[in-house]
Amino acid sequence: MNLAIRDIRHNLGRFLLTCLGLSLLLAIVLSMLGIYRGLVAESLTLARAPAVDLWVVETNTRGPFAEASRLPGDVREAVARVAGVTEAGSLTFQSVETETTAGKLRLYVVGFEPGRPGGPAAIVEGRAIAQSRYEVVIDRSAGVAVGERIRLGRREFRVVGLTARQVSSGGDPVAFITLRDSQKLQFELAPPAARRELARGGSEATSDIVNAVVARVSPDVPVAAVADGVRRWKHLAVLTQEEQETVLSRSVIERARRQIGLFTSLLLIVSTVIIALIVYTLTIDKTREIATLKLIGAPDRVIVGLIMQQALAMGAIGFAFGVAFILAAKDGFPRRVVVESPDVLALGAAVVLVCILASSLGVRLALKVDPATALAG
Amino acid sequence: MANGPAPLISFVDVSKHYGEGETRVDALRGVSFTVAAGEVVGLRGPSGSGKTTVLNIVGCILAPSSGELRLAGEPVFSEGRWRRSDLRGLRLATIGFIFQFHNLLPFLTSTDNVALVLRLAGESAGTAKRRAHELLAYLDVGHRRNAFPAQLSGGEAQRVAIARALANRPRIILADEPTAALDSQRAQVVMDLLRRVAVEQQAAIVVVTHDDKIVNRFDRVLELRDGLLI
Ligand SMILES: Nc1ncnc2c1ncn2[C@@H]1O[C@H](COP(=O)(O)OP(=O)(O)OP(=O)(O)O)[C@@H](O)[C@H]1O
Ligand SMILES: [Mg+2]
Repeated sequence: MNLAIRDIRHNLGRFLLTCLGLSLLLAIVLSMLGIYRGLVAESLTLARAPAVDLWVVETNTRGPFAEASRLPGDVREAVARVAGVTEAGSLTFQSVETETTAGKLRLYVVGFEPGRPGGPAAIVEGRAIAQSRYEVVIDRSAGVAVGERIRLGRREFRVVGLTARQVSSGGDPVAFITLRDSQKLQFELAPPAARRELARGGSEATSDIVNAVVARVSPDVPVAAVADGVRRWKHLAVLTQEEQETVLSRSVIERARRQIGLFTSLLLIVSTVIIALIVYTLTIDKTREIATLKLIGAPDRVIVGLIMQQALAMGAIGFAFGVAFILAAKDGFPRRVVVESPDVLALGAAVVLVCILASSLGVRLALKVDPATALAG
Repeated sequence: MANGPAPLISFVDVSKHYGEGETRVDALRGVSFTVAAGEVVGLRGPSGSGKTTVLNIVGCILAPSSGELRLAGEPVFSEGRWRRSDLRGLRLATIGFIFQFHNLLPFLTSTDNVALVLRLAGESAGTAKRRAHELLAYLDVGHRRNAFPAQLSGGEAQRVAIARALANRPRIILADEPTAALDSQRAQVVMDLLRRVAVEQQAAIVVVTHDDKIVNRFDRVLELRDGLLI
């Protein structure tokens, strides 16, 4: 007869309630871990979407995400001519606030040249941009449907396609429009003084500004060599894809990452203490039963089994519920929550470990229990 | 008794004190007695006179401060220390304890409380259950065999506890006020039962009691006063 199961069955309500509490706690730990992973993952989506090898930006900057970067529009052609470069595309980036039926909506607008690197990675609904004017492919998280119209600057854009999980490092949905549209938008949204300046210059060349040129490199040529070649030109800085990702995850979201990282660590410590306390109290609550078992001559292994099995059952059930909770709830979060199996496994191992440690501490005390205490009223 | 077999319990000049200095309580002061196989001995005395202390020492739950304890002729405690390392095994095999308060495991049914000690002693699940049912029926609580301790009356719980104490057919049975929670008729039944166990199993039985209605049922009654036998 298994005493742990008998005891659990006898106090089922209390046991399940404890498991439930534990699972909520573990769900919060997992969601915190998921928010942390999500933050990093989201910050990288923009840089990863074009699937390129090089980012050419304004000299002495680490743009276009960490710092502002402005390049003349003809850089793209120059980059495309560099030996080893197979494709190049101009990109613009800007935050735009717009209004939808649901209320204010902040978008991160990417201007790209259809047919060149830099457009949306995959379209999950609708189609890609076919017409150069006033079409937009927007992320599903913006909550607008294909066929709807949204206002960007002075123009109405028609939503022709939707992407999934394309957000800026700040969590804003990404909207893709053509480079020409985006340059107009940039002009319209520029401060009036700057706009007057540009208008007076009047020429096409001065308003032909892009924020970055991305390039793909032939697999036979070392990327670093091509980067060095481009770098030697005046007024241009080059980041490899790897460097761009490092800039994004290290600089752009560094504070947010550290903030959440710190909080996650604190939460882990607090949960450890709480689980240890729950298991420990569970053991201490059993002092009288343990004394009785000793009196009737039960060996230590029976007593240790009772305590350990219960602690582990509680940990395992609480953990399983916790994982189920977070898997069910993760898509309801306003920003991405990434539940990675190594994190889940590590947390599971930690829970088991804490349960064993805390209950063995409790068991050590329990085994010291004077059986005569079982005789006291 | 000089030529008979060694007494099952011999308590030689045992003293026991709790605490030290100002809080020191001398619970037993040089108590000696023996109980032979087949004997049912009563232990009486006012509250605080040391009766439970005697039982706890015989049951190897409590170490004496000085003196010697022998069970079935074998020294168990002498010269200030336990002579057996496996006191719990000894308890399981040879001592049945009926506590002043019943001390059943709250999460097990009556049957399982009794069956547990049989299982611990190595009986199969089937045998343990069958014997538990027999014992419970024998003690007139067969109809409560699937109830949990919290659902039993004081008297019923006490009888389940007695069944548990008898389960492994121990040679020594120690009972702390086993009849306190029982009416006169049931108290007599319990005494009959203990008497029968003493005879059939050649067990030595010590019963602590305040209960005048059973005092004439003992072979001998030991009187304790302030830690001394009188
Ligand atoms: N754990 C303990 N610590 C200190 N003193 C104790 C302890 N247990 C018992 N005593 C004291 O030892 C003396 C004998 O106690 P014991 O429990 O043996 O009495 P008793 O005869 O069984 O009394 P009752 O009839 O009330 O059960 C009492 O004075 C009691 O206060
Ligand atoms: Mg007592």
